[in-house]
Amino acid sequence: MAVTQYFNEMYQGGKVRPPYARLEDWMKAMPAELRTLKQAEAEDLFRRIGITFAVYGEGGDPDRLIPFDMFPRVFTGAEWARLEKGIKQRARALNAFLVDVYQRGEIVRAGRVPSRLVYQNDAYEKAVAGIKPPKGVYSHIVGIDIVRTGPDEFFVLEDNCRTPSGVSYMLENREIMMRMFPDLFRENRIEPVDTYPEILRRTLASVAPEKCNGEPTVVLLTPGHFNSAYYEHSFLADLMGIELVEGQDLFVEGEFVWMRTTEGPKKVDVIYRRIDDAFIDPLCFRPDSMLGVPGLMDVYRSGGVSICSAPGAGVADDKAVYTFVPEMVRFYLGEEPILQNVPTWQCGKTDDLRYVLDNLSELVVKEVHGSGGYGMLVGPKSSKEQVEAFRGKILADPGNYIAQPTLALSTTPTFVAEGVAPRHVDLRPYCLVGERIELVPGGLTRVALTEGSLVVNSSQGGGVKDTWVLAE
Amino acid sequence: MLLSVDHVTRYRYDRPVRAVMQSHRLTPSKFDGQKLRDWTVTVSGGIPGGSFRDGAGDRVQGWMVKGPVTEVEVRVTGTVETLDLAGVLRGHREVVPPEVYLVDTAATRADAAVAELAAQAAGADGPLSMAHRLAELVAEALAYTPGATQSQTTAAEALAQGKGVCQDHAHALIACARKMGLPARYVSGYLFADAEGTPHEAAHAWAEIHVAGLGWVGFDPANRCCPDARYIRLGSGLDAQDAAPIRGIARGVVSESLDVTVAVQSLQQ
Repeated sequence: MAVTQYFNEMYQGGKVRPPYARLEDWMKAMPAELRTLKQAEAEDLFRRIGITFAVYGEGGDPDRLIPFDMFPRVFTGAEWARLEKGIKQRARALNAFLVDVYQRGEIVRAGRVPSRLVYQNDAYEKAVAGIKPPKGVYSHIVGIDIVRTGPDEFFVLEDNCRTPSGVSYMLENREIMMRMFPDLFRENRIEPVDTYPEILRRTLASVAPEKCNGEPTVVLLTPGHFNSAYYEHSFLADLMGIELVEGQDLFVEGEFVWMRTTEGPKKVDVIYRRIDDAFIDPLCFRPDSMLGVPGLMDVYRSGGVSICSAPGAGVADDKAVYTFVPEMVRFYLGEEPILQNVPTWQCGKTDDLRYVLDNLSELVVKEVHGSGGYGMLVGPKSSKEQVEAFRGKILADPGNYIAQPTLALSTTPTFVAEGVAPRHVDLRPYCLVGERIELVPGGLTRVALTEGSLVVNSSQGGGVKDTWVLAE
Repeated sequence: MLLSVDHVTRYRYDRPVRAVMQSHRLTPSKFDGQKLRDWTVTVSGGIPGGSFRDGAGDRVQGWMVKGPVTEVEVRVTGTVETLDLAGVLRGHREVVPPEVYLVDTAATRADAAVAELAAQAAGADGPLSMAHRLAELVAEALAYTPGATQSQTTAAEALAQGKGVCQDHAHALIACARKMGLPARYVSGYLFADAEGTPHEAAHAWAEIHVAGLGWVGFDPANRCCPDARYIRLGSGLDAQDAAPIRGIARGVVSESLDVTVAVQSLQQ
């Protein structure tokens, strides 16, 4: 394999790129002992806060601490401005697609997206066909995973339209950095991210159903404390000043959903749910679900309550539909996509499959519905045996796999045992969609802590970093 | 025909339950083959919830009964004017594309034997004759035998034993049709049995197959015919569970027993 040039976000041609200028002094001025001390302090803070959950869907030990790297990842204001435009554009297109496929399906009729991918998709919910959620929004929190390969080259790796998690890390990473290194925040003009909970609350309130008069009551519905992201659920509910509820705390009566409180039942208008579609109502979906609220879907569909994300939103974010997001941007918005997709081969297509099998050792192959870095092949990093074993899996069920070129993920400086070294990173910003579309300047940067590794998932040895956007 | 319906479902609990939640699909479909004269659904002690027409065109109505109760009675009464449209669901408004009904469910998944049965209809002259052929094949393969199957029996299981009731006939036909690439769905409703006394169940179920150019067409393999003026259509779904006229859950239930009586009669016009 040819030697790949990775874009180093801090150093270019032996020079420090401007956004990292002050961090170089900070790094150089930090003796090894202080660094060790600070790292221990950070871990201690994380443990005390209790933030030890795995990023949703990644599995692994739920009580394991995800490693925190103190070296921030930095974007200039100009870089961010372009990213922001691209992210918001994508979030608008994804929501337009969802409204469309549950109404007339114009994009399918126009032949721009194959109907099979939409209507025979596991995540397509027949139960909400014809239902238009308030403000036409299905996905209220769009988590878009982005990688960088050059100064101006950004690619979208995948979209998360259901309940993307990890935003509590964005908030906590910043909080801890500010506590440990207050000087850094005086020397650099860093855009704040702590407005996120308030914007999220406002976004949720803005999609209250028409039947709601007055200030809407918003709650966060969690599967419960055994869920790996329970910490995040309670953290967000707390910061937003809303109730954290489980299915048994809610009930349906008449045309509305009610919450049991010590002062009697209180009507609920908006439910930010962190429970999958299949479990939210045993009268509509899985009859054996104990986590949901019986009758909730009838109330939702008759306009008595809003559910965020709206049931059925998942049809926009599987890895096969992903291929068509640039097409959605053109079709619904009449614009050219600002953020590019990674070229993707669909193993379900004969020509694509042939290419993938011929070039397996160069490609990354993923399951269509997989997540968390499980069940994937990173060709250039795998042994011959691993590649051959994977070939068998693809041949057994080609439609279940997509392949992408191995991307040269950018690196940022990261504290390692030997000092500071470049490690590969990605980015998940959280775009909020309600009456308005908003994006706090920042996101979750995940870092592959193992030297040379391109897999940033926490279940595969990934860590997290604070993400800075500098004020212009 | 002018048909009257009196359909009573009684749920009994061995201990008082805290609440009962239900979702009903108990209103006859709106299409050219049936016109409602009057129609009432009552739930003893029930508070009506949200009501709406879903994407498949079905009228859905939520209900809640506050406990403690040990018995809940759902009563459906009404009269419907029906027309024989030879099974064609003409004038029915829905937004769910037919292709959605190509997706398998546990109850309708085709095994090798189902696939083999379905394959006998290959070479039929177009989708409509294929659908008719499939309905005949299923009727021949499944003897109408009350009590031979349960509500959870799958199409493959019923066909393996060669016996079943209308639910099994519908599931088997759906499994075969989807296997042959024809969208198919489960329909629940009522059937008026005339004096000839063909085997039937008054609370009935059949299948609809989507035929390009014609739309949805009903097939009732249990009675070897297409739905006509004796049929009242309530709603549809991917399988029996998805199309159930009543889906319900009781909070704090220990054991539940169910008693259903249905009377469908023809009135003089």
